[in-house]
Amino acid sequence: MKLFDRFLKDRLAVASLAVVAATLLIGLCAPLIAPHPPNEVNLELRFASASWTYWLGNDHLGRCILSRLIYGIRPSVLWVLAALGAAAFFGAVLGFVAGYFRGRTDAVLMRLCDVMLSFPGYVMTLAIVGMLGAGLTNILLAFVVMKWAWFARVIRTTVMQYADADYVNYAKVLGIGHLGIMKRHIAPAALPEIAVIASSAFGSMILQISGLSFLGLGIEAPHAEWGMMMNEARSVMFTRPELMFAPGLAIIVVVSSVNFLSDALQKALDPKLVLSGKRASILNGKILRGLRKKEAA
Amino acid sequence: MILYTLKRIVALVPLLVVISFLTFILNGLSPMNPAEVVLHAQGVPTITEELIASTRVELGMDRPLLVRYGDWLLSCLQLDFGNSYITGKPVWSLLGPALLNTLKLTIISSLFIIVISIVLGVVCALKEGKWMDLSIRGISFFLTSMPAYWLAALMVWCFAVKLDLLPTSGMGSAGSYVLPVMVIVIGYAGIYFRVIRSSMLSNLNDDYVLYGRACGMSEMKLTLYVLRNSLQVAVSVFGLAFPIILGSTVVVENIFAWPGLGTLTVKSILGRDFPIIQAYVLVLAVAFVLFNTVSDVMNVAMNPRLRKEL
Repeated sequence: MKLFDRFLKDRLAVASLAVVAATLLIGLCAPLIAPHPPNEVNLELRFASASWTYWLGNDHLGRCILSRLIYGIRPSVLWVLAALGAAAFFGAVLGFVAGYFRGRTDAVLMRLCDVMLSFPGYVMTLAIVGMLGAGLTNILLAFVVMKWAWFARVIRTTVMQYADADYVNYAKVLGIGHLGIMKRHIAPAALPEIAVIASSAFGSMILQISGLSFLGLGIEAPHAEWGMMMNEARSVMFTRPELMFAPGLAIIVVVSSVNFLSDALQKALDPKLVLSGKRASILNGKILRGLRKKEAA
Repeated sequence: MILYTLKRIVALVPLLVVISFLTFILNGLSPMNPAEVVLHAQGVPTITEELIASTRVELGMDRPLLVRYGDWLLSCLQLDFGNSYITGKPVWSLLGPALLNTLKLTIISSLFIIVISIVLGVVCALKEGKWMDLSIRGISFFLTSMPAYWLAALMVWCFAVKLDLLPTSGMGSAGSYVLPVMVIVIGYAGIYFRVIRSSMLSNLNDDYVLYGRACGMSEMKLTLYVLRNSLQVAVSVFGLAFPIILGSTVVVENIFAWPGLGTLTVKSILGRDFPIIQAYVLVLAVAFVLFNTVSDVMNVAMNPRLRKEL
């Protein structure tokens, strides 16, 4: 657990982990925490400012902004996490198969990935949402369809490093089955890297999904979602700018915590990066690979 | 080198065919029958089964898939993407001008992104670990965590409403470029300058710098050498960045009511105008693939180390 120890030494990382964990927990327990039902319309309280019963005030239908913010965690963060998990899972399975067995399987899978990756991310999402219709489910589906290829590509590279290791060859000679080798010798080594890769995509996915909701392509009307809340606040942006601040700040806090977390994980995984100024020489290829990751994200 | 370029161009053909085929069958994903959508879009009051069937024949949808694909591909090559379901106008007459407007926005933004990220990247690398590096990285970290539309709304509120300096939307004067370009540049320069910075840093720690310094070469001259080597990474980075920016101006365009691709597409998605969405996907995917190839070829041309591996 060297990785974990190194991670805990980084205070900023622990703080951002706390923020992310708290957000997830609040989202999961939304009905217990939210002071009011999120869709309760109360027209006398239209645009009311903050009070003791409504901590963040009320929106254009008199709904409690704090409660909507809390319920908004579900589509804005929790469901994105689920989509990310699904994409990472499919990508990991295919990446393992391609990276471990190599040969023709690898070639076919990678050509497939090439095709998928030749559609720029945003365009693919819009295409799927355009054909299936607007809605949160379709956006999440689009994310999974779009992201698995990228995960498969990156995870394959990771797996390949270990698939050639001497201890893996030794295990093969001993007659341990493919599944056993993958489970016992490759997965434990590759999993932390997969975690880093997945976390680096999380922040930009949260931003994208709220952006699509902001455009009206996401979740349907009465449900609370951060991008949607900002879209609703847009019409009164000039008279009541504070209505845009609450969901905006929520997104900034969550996304920057996620990004910090991912950076910290990466540093914990590869301490050489921290020393980059002093010793480690990062070759052009490595930078480019990192960049491709960013792009796909 | 020429052989490599030719190889890449030949490799493009199957990829483009597969991409176009995927784009073509995208239509089949829709849970609605296209004939029904056309009738809905044209505002036909009562839609009967016979009407749907006759519209299907009229649209040529009863023929085999591959035949339709061939026809569609041929007409696409002539920039004929069919007619919009809603307005009935040819898709290209809507998409063409929108593409041009988006290109204007993208090119101007890309120029700023390139200049700003190179300058910031170089400054940060030379001042590594000093307060300048730390503060630039800190601020950019914060800015890239911001949703683009939030930043845009904030800027409209500040510059257009409070200070009344710039127009809030549309594409009238040169002033209307300022806000959208600023939002795009802030989003992307924050990502790309880090790449330049780390590429500079890895070069600065390379052996040839140590050797040059040992030989008494001036710091200025050394920096220029390092810069030249680091810019190789920049070329491939920005080659890839251009189509990405082109595809992701959607949100910004919608906020500033920019008459470009993003606005058109979102309108088409909400109106279920499939031919436009299809054409949009095809045009951008092809642009993406072409740019990837060009930037790869340029990269190999500039970097002799990569050529050895061919």
